[in-house]
Amino acid sequence: MEKDTLISNCKILIIGGSAGSLDVLIKILPHLDIPSFALVIVLHRKHTEDNTLEELIAAKSIIPLKEVEDKVEILPGYIYIAPSDYHLLFEKNNLLSLDTSEKVNYSRPSIDVAFESVADAYGKAVVGVLLSGANADGTDGLIAIKNAGGIIIVQQPETADMPFMPSHAVQNTSPDFIVDIPALLDLIKRINS
Amino acid sequence: MITDQELDILINELYESYGYDFSGYSKASFKRRVDRLYQLDGFTNFQSFLSKIIDDSDYFSRMVEEITVNITEMFRDPHFYRILRTEILPVLATKPFIRIWHAGCSTGEEVYSVAILLKEANLLEKALLYATDISPPVLEVARKGVFPLRMMKQYSENYMASGGKKDFSHYYTANYGLAKFGEDLSSRMVFSQHNLVSDRSFNEFDLILCRNVLIYFDKELQERALHLFDDSLAKLGYLALGTKETIKFTSMQKRYKQLEKEKIWRKTH
Ligand SMILES: C[S@@+](CC[C@H](N)C(=O)[O-])C[C@H]1O[C@@H](n2cnc3c(N)ncnc32)[C@H](O)[C@@H]1O
Repeated sequence: MEKDTLISNCKILIIGGSAGSLDVLIKILPHLDIPSFALVIVLHRKHTEDNTLEELIAAKSIIPLKEVEDKVEILPGYIYIAPSDYHLLFEKNNLLSLDTSEKVNYSRPSIDVAFESVADAYGKAVVGVLLSGANADGTDGLIAIKNAGGIIIVQQPETADMPFMPSHAVQNTSPDFIVDIPALLDLIKRINS
Repeated sequence: MITDQELDILINELYESYGYDFSGYSKASFKRRVDRLYQLDGFTNFQSFLSKIIDDSDYFSRMVEEITVNITEMFRDPHFYRILRTEILPVLATKPFIRIWHAGCSTGEEVYSVAILLKEANLLEKALLYATDISPPVLEVARKGVFPLRMMKQYSENYMASGGKKDFSHYYTANYGLAKFGEDLSSRMVFSQHNLVSDRSFNEFDLILCRNVLIYFDKELQERALHLFDDSLAKLGYLALGTKETIKFTSMQKRYKQLEKEKIWRKTH
């Protein structure tokens, strides 16, 4: 990776992850200022009615969290977390939609579903990041983001608690960046700067 | 993948040929569903897909069934049913009759769940549950009250989490991998086709449940459906939506009082 690479015109930074990815977020989030894009997080989570994930992330970041309900507006400078048991979809008029259809890759929310939808709605204004996990979810989604002109970033598998998900992505896509955690933080900080 | 333009053509043709108007559906979700069907059925060009739908009304029915999302469970979100049990049914109990409308009931699991709550509160004999959906095949399943036996373990857990104290297996008879729910429950139910896009209010209700249906609509169509519910609710009646749905930002909101943090609103006047 070049030291002075710059990602510009990003409207949505979307981060997907499964087992082992929450640790990565917890390391990164405290170092981020309020961004000029929306930060969307899609993690595989248990089918429960509680808000522990939201609370944990809110506690680690100065970026305000917007509760995701159906048809909320997506705005720069906020974090959005895909709720458990719904797929997250993006409308072309800057609204989020939720969907209770079949699980994809045994998951709802599925990273592929969210990534494919954000790619369709926002095209090259998307930066997609795939973190640690033990499942193949996310690879097809990264391909969709890339095909739509967006930038794709994968956590370096050796630095992931669960390397399967990022390895699967590295093997089947052409990531713009494959990074460890400090480099990921650095990249995100320089988006749109 | 189908383009936005093709999707618009399809929506137009569905209206012209069959009178079904999907223009108010959430584009993101509708497109994904159409794409899924297109791929599932092995189409490679949009024109042949479109002709099939227009020329073959059986295929059109299949399409409606497949693009609408029918996934449902008994006692989905047990906490919601707990609130129904403890906060809402005691209020409805004071009425001589109780009329309930399940709008978008899918295969009926939600309707049987509410019927069980009513039975346990000794209210079932004076209650009627009207259950409607746009899609006839799901209503056919709902009418039979027969669900896969393998789901019963999870439904029984949901039932207990909602405050149920009985042995859940008393409510059905198991046979060849199927669980058939009792006729004491289904005899209080009326199933019929009703389209929230185009049909009108058909009765007055004390409780309307429309859960995980509005998420498939855009904001305008949501507003239309919510007004239909408003027209169909008795004074002091309740409206219950899915856990991620809201009446916030609609013009009706000021005449409704939300039950703390629940997705249940009471019509105040
Ligand atoms: C996900 S299911 C919800 C089932 C149940 N209420 C629940 O929460 O588990 C959505 C249902 O809405 C129905 N639906 C979609 N569009 C509709 C319309 N225009 N009018 C009536 N029902 C509709 C679908 O056929 C489907 O059965």
